[in-house]
Amino acid sequence: MNFPILSSLILLPVVGAFFIFVTRSKDLSNLRSAKYVALFTSFANFIISLYLWYIFDPSISDFQFVENRTWLVGFITYKVGVDGISILFILLSTLITPLCIVSVNKTINTKLKEFLISILLMESLMIGVFCSLDLVIFYLFFEGGLIPMFLIIGIWGGTRRVYSAFKFFLFTLLGSVLMLVAIISIYWVNGTTDIVDLYNIGIDIKYQNLLWLAFFSSFAVKTPMWPVHTWLPDAHVEAPTAGSVLLAAILLKMAGYGFIRFSIGLFPNASEYFVPLIFALSLIAIIYTSFVALMQDDMKKLIAYSSVAHMGFVTLGIFTVTQQGLEGSIVQMISHGLVSAALFLCVGVVYDRMHSRLISTYGGLVSLMPKYAVLFMIFTLAAIGLPGTSGFVGEFLILIGAFKKSFLVATIASLGVILGAAYMLWLYKRVIFGKVINRDLLKMLDLNKTEIFILVSLAIPTLFFGFYPEPLLNTIDVSITNLIENYNYQISLNK
Amino acid sequence: MENINFVLPEIFISLSIMFLLIVGVFKKNSSSLIYSLSVITLIISLGLIINFPGKEEIYLFNDSYKIDELSILMKIITILSGIFVLVSSYNYTKLEKIFNIEYSILILCSILGMLVMISSYDLIVFYIGLELQSLSLYVLAAFNRNNIKSSEAGLKYFVLSALSSGLLLYGCSLIYGFSGSTNFSLIAENIFSSEYGNVFGLVFILAGLAFKISAVPFHMWAPDVYEGSPTSVTLFFAIVPKVAALTVFIRFLYVPFLSLIDQWQPIIIFLALASMIFGAVAAIGQKNLKRLIAYSSIGHMGYALAGLAVGTNSGIQNSIIYICIYLIMNLGIFCCLFMMKRNNKFYDNLDDLSGLSKNHPIISLSLLILLFSLAGIPPLAGFFAKFYIFISVIEQSMYFLAIVGLVSTVVSAFYYLRVIKIIYFDPPVEQYDQTKYLGLKISLALSTILMLLYFIYPSGLINLVSKINII
Repeated sequence: MNFPILSSLILLPVVGAFFIFVTRSKDLSNLRSAKYVALFTSFANFIISLYLWYIFDPSISDFQFVENRTWLVGFITYKVGVDGISILFILLSTLITPLCIVSVNKTINTKLKEFLISILLMESLMIGVFCSLDLVIFYLFFEGGLIPMFLIIGIWGGTRRVYSAFKFFLFTLLGSVLMLVAIISIYWVNGTTDIVDLYNIGIDIKYQNLLWLAFFSSFAVKTPMWPVHTWLPDAHVEAPTAGSVLLAAILLKMAGYGFIRFSIGLFPNASEYFVPLIFALSLIAIIYTSFVALMQDDMKKLIAYSSVAHMGFVTLGIFTVTQQGLEGSIVQMISHGLVSAALFLCVGVVYDRMHSRLISTYGGLVSLMPKYAVLFMIFTLAAIGLPGTSGFVGEFLILIGAFKKSFLVATIASLGVILGAAYMLWLYKRVIFGKVINRDLLKMLDLNKTEIFILVSLAIPTLFFGFYPEPLLNTIDVSITNLIENYNYQISLNK
Repeated sequence: MENINFVLPEIFISLSIMFLLIVGVFKKNSSSLIYSLSVITLIISLGLIINFPGKEEIYLFNDSYKIDELSILMKIITILSGIFVLVSSYNYTKLEKIFNIEYSILILCSILGMLVMISSYDLIVFYIGLELQSLSLYVLAAFNRNNIKSSEAGLKYFVLSALSSGLLLYGCSLIYGFSGSTNFSLIAENIFSSEYGNVFGLVFILAGLAFKISAVPFHMWAPDVYEGSPTSVTLFFAIVPKVAALTVFIRFLYVPFLSLIDQWQPIIIFLALASMIFGAVAAIGQKNLKRLIAYSSIGHMGYALAGLAVGTNSGIQNSIIYICIYLIMNLGIFCCLFMMKRNNKFYDNLDDLSGLSKNHPIISLSLLILLFSLAGIPPLAGFFAKFYIFISVIEQSMYFLAIVGLVSTVVSAFYYLRVIKIIYFDPPVEQYDQTKYLGLKISLALSTILMLLYFIYPSGLINLVSKINII
């Protein structure tokens, strides 16, 4: 059992990227084979991670498949491992990446090779984030993701791509450098950056608040929370479809994961102290960005704002620190990963045909693209959180958790659900129903096989986990219980 | 006489300089020969230094010359970077018609000066070394004498540098006057902060040294000199003297002035902060790549100084690591500059990089890696350099320095990103000539790969510097 399965998950995309790098880019057949290489490696990664999930033992609360190697002598060890929480995010990453690569079509007409390399590197960095068990290693992966994403937005993005890429990069970097200071301080205070050791030692209460804020500055930008969410709509709108998908489905989850793993896990007292702040910001995000989403005339922007609102639910759920709230927010993150990815792909489908993201360009697509209308419907309803979709499970659990903590907060958050239904259904109505006013739409073709394949493979888990969330909940249950026990123990210790 | 063994590398270089001068005078068209011989000289002296026969620490010539782990390592770095400068700029100097015999001899002279500086343990020896390297650098800056900018650079550097040398000398004389000796360890025994003369001397010396590594507020010369000098000389300026100056900084601060740490610590912290902030902000508006590098190197010196400011051994070690990584990154950037050649003309404006990725994917990729590394983005080597510095800084609870430093990293990331944007996002300009010269390609590949893959084995560099114990 000593096969380094996690390291191979991290390394495999890099190897694939290297092979793509050495192929000649001049002729077309090579480019196609480059795409197959990318597809093969990312799909192999998906299979490996499924196998990982299969052999993963959900009844143990400890980290599993731990690998420990000396890296910086006497200072940092390369340590990776998974528990119930991180394994789901790894699965999400490995599922989304091949779909991204499949979705790459003629719209990426320049530098296809580089695009595939960026996506693969992105994948390996994201897997690294979710399984690293050392703060410094975590930081390396967390920040390293900036480079490929910057390039994805900047090279293959839309008209205002430069502005968006810079905004994305600088916002995130500024948030993260404070986290770096915090990580180094933790090293000097506790003598280690190993997360497992830190869980056991606990961090001195007098530093917790400052450290928590430093981590928060990084995660809040990445989540993104109001008021530092402004980079997200820009980045989403300008990024190519595959970039938006990666961004929405996985990148945003890194922060939610960080909140659970670090803010709750390492600084319980500070988390308890800052709960009102998080609740306030989450509620503002839920209500305010829902209103902003209502007013958008750009489809991608609308979905981007809805992401901010959904992530508001996630942060709310995390900081209730109840079994339901935490489980709900993890399910919500997974569900949002699937649904927002699918919604961006849906926008990408019509954008490829019409080269417009404006809602007013469309209307009456139901008669022209019936298959598209059906799939879009499923994802719209999942985004709203209709029972029977994974979105419902997440939001429902989060609201239960919130009600346990505070009636008022939960009530306001519930309003967000209604607003969510309003903007999503209105979007659906304007795009799909009504009369075909725009004559250009008439020559639009329905989904081709690739598009159906991608969207269906996202729809299946969305519906499956909606009806039967047991596999997800079962995986995270013990880890969450353990987390909460540790949390309550630390708080009672310091009272 | 046995002392001669220990200074063999220096003696060898001086003899070679004389020999090469004679060859140059008596043999017509011998620039190529002298160029290769200079490289060979450097390689041989490198071998001599690596094969150093002695024990751990050796004091020579009435304790005025010290050879220890620090000086050996820094000499190796200096000579190695000298070799790479010569190798990578071979084509450039030929095409710019500055391929004279004096060029490589002057570089040898200044390297000799630096070696003396690095080992000096006495104010007089130190000053001799400093002047030897400075005088060679004045001439090198103005080497392209047909170009008015180069002459201007040389003159500017000469005037300002002579002034700073004057300050430095004045500081030395004050120190000598108040402590009664020129020897570093004797000064250390007899220096007291209660005597203002000592503090004044310290300040003058620090100002002079800050000038040599272009730390704010003594940085004024750097952008003009970097821009005006021939690119090969700029490369030399950007990396080699910094190593020697940093070593001297370490020596001064931690041997004779160690007991004045309360006096110099705020000065160094100020220099570091000012350089980091200024380097980050001032580079934003630059249009010329060489000027941009000048400002970026000002910023980078700020980080190296931050490591010195903390007053611990690990701080010194991390500064040395920083300077190593810094000079490899700069070497790579300049290799790319040497490759931007079209019809025998070199280009160094930012606009000339526009859309480089279309026609020159490999150069662009190298630049991308090097620039992200300069910006300090993980997992590239530049990140680790900064990371180590901040580890030392935070160890001493200097949170203000750490946070300002990291925030200026973000600001400076902006202009590095701007260069990347020009390379990758902008429409392409005309194609540049393909580079055929192998030495240049190898230098570029080496520096890029080192920066990219540094994270696989970061302990190597740490082990190298871990032997250095100054305090």
